[in-house]
Amino acid sequence: MQAAEFVMPGQRADAADAAHQSHLDEAERLMTVCNSCRYCEGLCAVFPAMEMRRAFTAGDLTYLANLCHNCGACNSDCQFAPPHEFDVNVPKVLAEVRNDSYARYVWPGFLAPMFHRNGLMVTLVAALSVAAFVIGFAAWHDPAVMFGTHTGPGAFYRIMPHNTMVAIFGAAFLWSILAIVMSCIRFWRDIGEPAATLRDPEALAGGAHDAATLKYLDGGGVGCMNDSDKPDDNRRLFHHLTFYGFMLCFAATSVGTLWHYLLGRDAPYPWWDLPVVLGTLGGIGITVGPLGLLTAKFRRDRQLMDESRMGMDVAFIVMLLLTGVTGLALLFLRATPLMGTMLALHLGFVFGFFVTMPYGKFMHGIFRGLALVRYAAEKRRHLG
Amino acid sequence: MERPVDFTQSYDVVIAGGGNAALCAAIAARRGGASVAVVEKAPRFYRGGNTRHTRNMRCAHDSATETLSGPYTEDEFFDDLLRVTQGKTNPDLARMMIRRSKDMLTWITEQGVRFQPSLGGTLSLGRTNSFFLGGGRAMLNALYRTAESLGVHVVYDAEITDLELDGTRFVAAEVTTPQGKRRLPGHALVAASGGFEANIDWLKEGWGEIAENFLIRGTPYNRGSLLRTLIGKGMQQIGDPTQCHAVAIDARAPKYDGGIITRLDCVVFGIVVNRDCQRFYDEGEDIWPKRYAIWGRLVAAQPGQIAYIIFDARSLKLFMPSLFPPVTGASIEALAGKLDLDPAALRATVDRFNAAVQPGQFDDTILDGCHTEGLTPAKTNWARRIEEGPFYAYPVRPGITFTYLGVAVDDEARVQLAGGGRAENIWAAGEIMAGNVLGQGYAAGIGMTIGSVFGRLAGEGASSHASR
Repeated sequence: MQAAEFVMPGQRADAADAAHQSHLDEAERLMTVCNSCRYCEGLCAVFPAMEMRRAFTAGDLTYLANLCHNCGACNSDCQFAPPHEFDVNVPKVLAEVRNDSYARYVWPGFLAPMFHRNGLMVTLVAALSVAAFVIGFAAWHDPAVMFGTHTGPGAFYRIMPHNTMVAIFGAAFLWSILAIVMSCIRFWRDIGEPAATLRDPEALAGGAHDAATLKYLDGGGVGCMNDSDKPDDNRRLFHHLTFYGFMLCFAATSVGTLWHYLLGRDAPYPWWDLPVVLGTLGGIGITVGPLGLLTAKFRRDRQLMDESRMGMDVAFIVMLLLTGVTGLALLFLRATPLMGTMLALHLGFVFGFFVTMPYGKFMHGIFRGLALVRYAAEKRRHLG
Repeated sequence: MERPVDFTQSYDVVIAGGGNAALCAAIAARRGGASVAVVEKAPRFYRGGNTRHTRNMRCAHDSATETLSGPYTEDEFFDDLLRVTQGKTNPDLARMMIRRSKDMLTWITEQGVRFQPSLGGTLSLGRTNSFFLGGGRAMLNALYRTAESLGVHVVYDAEITDLELDGTRFVAAEVTTPQGKRRLPGHALVAASGGFEANIDWLKEGWGEIAENFLIRGTPYNRGSLLRTLIGKGMQQIGDPTQCHAVAIDARAPKYDGGIITRLDCVVFGIVVNRDCQRFYDEGEDIWPKRYAIWGRLVAAQPGQIAYIIFDARSLKLFMPSLFPPVTGASIEALAGKLDLDPAALRATVDRFNAAVQPGQFDDTILDGCHTEGLTPAKTNWARRIEEGPFYAYPVRPGITFTYLGVAVDDEARVQLAGGGRAENIWAAGEIMAGNVLGQGYAAGIGMTIGSVFGRLAGEGASSHASR
């Protein structure tokens, strides 16, 4: 392990390619095994999608891997799971292929090394981002302003001017959106689905529904397999809290933007105002949800997981958690001398989150959503 | 909460085995108020014997349900059973089992087992058979969860190796565990520990040395030691050691536990030759679901207990894929070379077959009547020239699914004595007594019906006996 720290970047890319190929080879073997059994076809979307094929290209396997929600049911239901000599471990192997796919389609391509030690990379970006805001604010303002008590509309902007905030976050956000869209185009081309599917309203609605309800994170109806073969539905609950919490925070920001430009009302808003209500609920969501997901992750049966990517998963969850916690702290402390510091911390984590979106676990939601859209289209084509 | 069996106490009901029949018995007995110990020979992962490899059960029902496409009456079920066993069944037991199977769908669902509609890859059983969501291991896991939540105690890696009887009354079991032999006393015994198909020596008693070449499709733990003990202690045997469910499976499969994915559904699309490159049976006699279960015996009768299914490129995608890819050759001779067969002999057999094929409209979805003329044995359906390369082959061997030799039971699942009458407190369920209902032959899902119905009966009977 130590030696791996010092390999040249090019060698590391070769090693990643070799690992990716071996993950694909294993996934292909498993899909051949599973396709001759099919006992799991009622559990989720992966197996029906598999049954529509007899041979599996790299694109097919990437698609199936992203369709998998890692509920683990097929592992505890499988008569050939390890320690059986057929060594059928679909959740783990598809997790490996899926995690490879984020690096494989990343844009720009030279940032693929971001995924080699993603936990460390995301932590570094977050730390740099937080440090930049803290140091920036401290250098900008004299302590009386930074540690003063500011209240009323525009209080935040006395720490950081609104236009500066918009410029920095707008640029980061637009860059990330661009990078995500480019990755999606690469993903979609590689899995071999025509672009027309993305204009098919039924497929889009089907995919959106399955993603929004996490239809396939339920083990075929009883819930996920976690630390044993006794299922529960907690991961879905905590994921819902996280996802809808995130969406509420996004909505809070959007409403705030409208308030600012359309109504000319400046933040901070009173506690009863829509952006604060949405942001508070969202902040609770992305605090409680990630705590639940983290706990579940550490307790989960390692057999179901791609342990080599634990850092990526944890980094993403912790980034959400810290964004939520600092946001809530900012809300509670905004009328105190700690507001400036909390603002720096919160903006630091939000910025770090934004710029790492295309380069971390965030992509799981995007690729899985696309895979679900394709599945909706494919299912309809297949059933005629 | 998983609770291990406590060897310092006596249980109302001791259950040998850990599959469908054993768990149905354990749950029924526990629900009847009995303390229950399940003694499973396999380690936890391999628990459940052949139930792990099952997929569905056949129950009578009067109307379509969410997961069954139409009614399947008791009479139709009984007719099917008579047909597949050619009348070799105990009609009263069979009737009773079929009647009770109707209630089983509800009962087993109440024990946490979930069903799904029959989708792809099955043998057109959507009306008659209920498919477990996630397959047999999912079903087992549900039964274990229910049993454990009810307070059933389970010990793994533990085998009942002897019985302590007082006359014909069960007193205690000798349980062999990794820690040594333990004595487990009980008021009633349910023998639900499966057949003996994984005991090659026992198979040889019926089949001779050729049993060495058989593959065992399911659990390696069904060695029949309790069955042998019961028969040795005066219980009535039923069936003979050659009776078993055997199909032709991929010869490259492991000796044990290859399961469903080593089966091959392509016999009807080509020819099957033995190691002398000679055909030996009509490959197109009937639709595959009605014929697959005779091919194990057919291959067992060939020299070396091996045969080869030979077909060409046109048939490659007409059947379900399986674990191992077919052996491929650009020519028949090249294929023969890879199979260690005599190329000239295989060529001659294929040429003779091709010359005998009569013109016709090939249709794999019906009995298409495409046949050979002047060939022995004839191929009476789906006979199509083997001429378009590349050519493919699967080597096959007999794969034993389960055995029928067992102990005789009555309609309460009570074990019968060889000298007449019945054992006072010994019940049997599942494969260990399947021969009472299945004298020969098989229809998909009946093994699970036998296990569930007789398991539940045995559990109820044993618990009410123990509470007396």
